[in-house]
Amino acid sequence: MTFIRYFWPALIAAAVVGAAAPAIGTFLVQRRLSLIGDGVGHIALAGVAIGLWLKISPLAAALGFSVLGAVGIDRLRRRAPDESDMALALFFYGSIAVAVVVASRTGNFNVNLFGFLFGQVLTTTRAELLTIGILGAFVIAVVSLLYRGLLASAIDEEAATVSGVPVTILNIVLMVLGAVTVGVGMQVVGVLLVAALLVLPVGIARNLVRSFRGTMLVASGVGAASALIGLFVSNAANTAPSGTIVLVVSSLFVISDGVRRARVISAQRELEEPQHA
Amino acid sequence: MPDLIELRSVSFSYESGRVLSDVSLSIKPKDYVVLLGANGSGKTTLLKVAIGLLRPTSGTALLFGRQASDPRARELVGYVPQRAVISSRLPATVLEVVLAGRAARRKFGGFSRAERELAMRALERVGMAEFANRRIGELSGGQQQRVLIARALASDPQLLILDEPTAGVDRDSQIRFAQVLRGLNRDGVAIVIVAHDLGAVGRDVRRVLALHQGHIDEISLEEAKERVGMFVEDHPGHEVAG
Repeated sequence: MTFIRYFWPALIAAAVVGAAAPAIGTFLVQRRLSLIGDGVGHIALAGVAIGLWLKISPLAAALGFSVLGAVGIDRLRRRAPDESDMALALFFYGSIAVAVVVASRTGNFNVNLFGFLFGQVLTTTRAELLTIGILGAFVIAVVSLLYRGLLASAIDEEAATVSGVPVTILNIVLMVLGAVTVGVGMQVVGVLLVAALLVLPVGIARNLVRSFRGTMLVASGVGAASALIGLFVSNAANTAPSGTIVLVVSSLFVISDGVRRARVISAQRELEEPQHA
Repeated sequence: MPDLIELRSVSFSYESGRVLSDVSLSIKPKDYVVLLGANGSGKTTLLKVAIGLLRPTSGTALLFGRQASDPRARELVGYVPQRAVISSRLPATVLEVVLAGRAARRKFGGFSRAERELAMRALERVGMAEFANRRIGELSGGQQQRVLIARALASDPQLLILDEPTAGVDRDSQIRFAQVLRGLNRDGVAIVIVAHDLGAVGRDVRRVLALHQGHIDEISLEEAKERVGMFVEDHPGHEVAG
């Protein structure tokens, strides 16, 4: 109870990020953009370093850089799909190099940047919680509002385009929402691990339910529950919260994959039984 | 009523070379057309130009009298793209895939009960209603193809375009598929199929277009049968050439 009394902002922040990240991750995974969160995280770190240097909010700077970076990545992927690998590598590693150089030059490398790399959820202030809450609600509201088009694009981009869905605009919205989620999530699990919350709960849900809507809802629930369980375990075991949260969600993924495999084997046996009878 | 598709002297080139040369054609209401051509002859490119997914290098592509790239022109088009078998990992039910065909009908929110009923009717039409709550990737190739047709039908199209719809589909499924298209055409839906042979729809089509080395010719059904052969529905499994 003492933990809850002192760290309730951290618990709420973790639950919000845990629920919002898989909601957007469901669409990213289906579009084979699972690792985009990782890449945008690199760019967000450059934003954090520059924000600390300019003495403006690191979160706001990270959000700005993430959104611009995500839109840039989307354009690169579309304009030169054959060469996008190299261009993206330049984008990602160039960003992290900027972060390291700027932070080392301004003396923020050890003190401040470390917190954004691996998360600093336990020190979440009420003001940060408000920002996280507003941005988390924004992500979920936009996904709910644009659900029709996002679903059609995720299932079949070409057919969605022909039927009149504004796929190009929705792609940009999706990347921006992904970037906002990374910006918010870095407070909880850090830029190096935020992609795990975007992707792994979706993998768990996909192993357990059939529908797209069900996958999104279960993934959000699993994400929020994993974040809370991870925080309680980290408190009891005296381990780093971010790593513990990601280990919890990774363990759940392994279990869910076992359940899926068991179902497949069971279904195969049912099919084979009449032949042996 | 304007032609559903009208191409005027359309040419199209990729970086690797010209694929379409001065192609003109028109598709009328209630037409049933097969566009034939060998692999790599540019059939899919022609189709994508016609529905505005690719811009012609020169010439004009009109859809329902509008520029083909105008999204409003595509609202009356149902499109079934060429595809491999859908992954069993796609977390979407058959009903959700069909509902996706109505996504452009409203900008915001989820799908209404009326839309779900429409989607179910489209599934009934292709004989797949009982699979509505199954995951799409669990179905066979032929069943998936019927679901994709239902998705195209869910938007009440006047023109249904199918790109290699029966590639990799067994003969019984092809015959079932031909019956579905026959019913739709009788109800006034124009149908354009892109294929490399006539398949099971050979007895239903009214026009055959042949694409060869970037040029298009309208040929008779008899000539098409001589060139590529067809299945005879009354004798499934028996292939006849000419």
